[in-house]
Amino acid sequence: MEILLMQVSLFVLALLLGVELITKVPPTLHTPLMSGTNAISGISVVGAILAAGNTDGGELARWMGFVAVTFASINVVGGYMVTNRMLAMFKRKN
Amino acid sequence: MLDIGMDLAYLVAAVLFVLGIKGLTRPKTAVRGNLLSATGMLVAVVVTLIDKNIVSFDMIIGGAVLGGIIGFVVAKKVQMTAMPQLVAVLNGFGGGASLGVAAASYLQSLGGAGFAPGALGVITVITIALTVVIGSVTLTGSLVAFAKLQEIIPGQPIGFPGMTGFNGLLLIGSLALTVMLAVEPSNTLYFWAAISLAAILGLTLVLPIGGADMPVVIALLNSYSGIAAAFAGFVMGNTVLIVSGSLVGASGLILTNIMCVAMNRSLPNVLFGRMGAVSEGAGAGDEIYEGKITSASPEEVGMLLETAQKVIIVPGFGMALSQAQHAVRELADAIERNGGEVLYAIHPVAGRMPGHMNVLLAEAEVPYEKLIEMERINPQFDDCDVAIVLGANDVTNPSAREEKGSPIYGMPILNVDKARTVVVIKRSLSAGFAGLPNPLFALDNTLMVFGDGKKAVVDITTSLENG
Repeated sequence: MEILLMQVSLFVLALLLGVELITKVPPTLHTPLMSGTNAISGISVVGAILAAGNTDGGELARWMGFVAVTFASINVVGGYMVTNRMLAMFKRKN
Repeated sequence: MLDIGMDLAYLVAAVLFVLGIKGLTRPKTAVRGNLLSATGMLVAVVVTLIDKNIVSFDMIIGGAVLGGIIGFVVAKKVQMTAMPQLVAVLNGFGGGASLGVAAASYLQSLGGAGFAPGALGVITVITIALTVVIGSVTLTGSLVAFAKLQEIIPGQPIGFPGMTGFNGLLLIGSLALTVMLAVEPSNTLYFWAAISLAAILGLTLVLPIGGADMPVVIALLNSYSGIAAAFAGFVMGNTVLIVSGSLVGASGLILTNIMCVAMNRSLPNVLFGRMGAVSEGAGAGDEIYEGKITSASPEEVGMLLETAQKVIIVPGFGMALSQAQHAVRELADAIERNGGEVLYAIHPVAGRMPGHMNVLLAEAEVPYEKLIEMERINPQFDDCDVAIVLGANDVTNPSAREEKGSPIYGMPILNVDKARTVVVIKRSLSAGFAGLPNPLFALDNTLMVFGDGKKAVVDITTSLENG
């Protein structure tokens, strides 16, 4: 229970930090912000790796893990690369 | 010891994500910020791979290679006009990944040690069920948003009477199944039923929303994908997932709010409203325009621009559709060579997602300092010699400011009509998304240039340079 309470606190504090940070992102960069957060939400790759590498749940669970690793990897690789591509366009000439 | 080391590494990853987003607060530091964030991801992945609970790597490697290749190809190939579709589908994959993680975790608990007795077990089951519900809604809802933006399915609202009530039932149903699963965790039927209801809910939530409202929907689903990741973090007891999921969730919520304010709509109105009175004012157009339209040729506009000191270009998505960004920049270059100043007025909903127009113009090598957001550009129309409206309509409609009865009354607009001369480049006098006539076209200081946007801009540039 204590751990859960700590996790909820972390969730709330991170939300507040997120609001503080993101209100400072200028509208010019909102599209790269969205693709960049797509990449960050690919952090579920961490959970996906643990799920795919564990054999307790049988074949179906491992396939679920496989799907999760695939989706999350698309987000991580695609998200960071396309964000970088856009940001490079803003940097050019300046 | 290893566990502590792992937790510290996850903390490092979370800090790098925060610093990465902080980098995005300025264009100059943004590239570095993105790299910091990617480094955080690398740290998190490497640390996870040495976890002692991993006994087999085949599925991990297979998924990473497959997903990595898809991500690489898509990121390289995607057109900037198609960014909304890409973000929509990535939102969906984010939700799908969290769904997969929670489902695997559920099956592993059933197949392994089972759920802890008492309250702790109940909380775990509820968390898992909520994660799969949010993940499932995000996945199917995002796929519909993608299909609408990609025009695989029509952009108009699709639905049936009582759809909101139907959606309410689906939501209650999936929450009820969550509770039933908490009472009887081993009943896998409840589990799959909850996922299925949520999947249908995702479809029926987004289908009735029109194409013009997709920017709000994408931002909202972006938020959901973050919340789903944070919940998956609760399931796995993993702090980096909780922190980064919350950051993404907060980001999506803020962008959703910005888009709603820019359209003068509440979120419930966007989600359930279905713009009722669309056709109402459409017929009144002839009356407003009758005998008051002044049209001009590109040559006349070219001559006008020769003496202009300050020009503001107002781009809309129509500009991007006719691939006129580069032509517009060349026109701006010509005006600047002629001694004039050129700025771009960017309405928050000028593109198809938050910040989209900026990216489209940046691709055409327009310096970002010249892209001015609505609040800062509006006072500048007063001393502007020529405002050029290209592919924008509703966001320049003075009715939003002046006509109390107008359906768009109160929507923040660009005060284009305050410019000394307004040049509107448009194919015809047809209405925009809101279906309303635009009195701007009939003003004394407005010149209409009828024709293809790109060709008109090129002709104006030619005439300015030869004049």
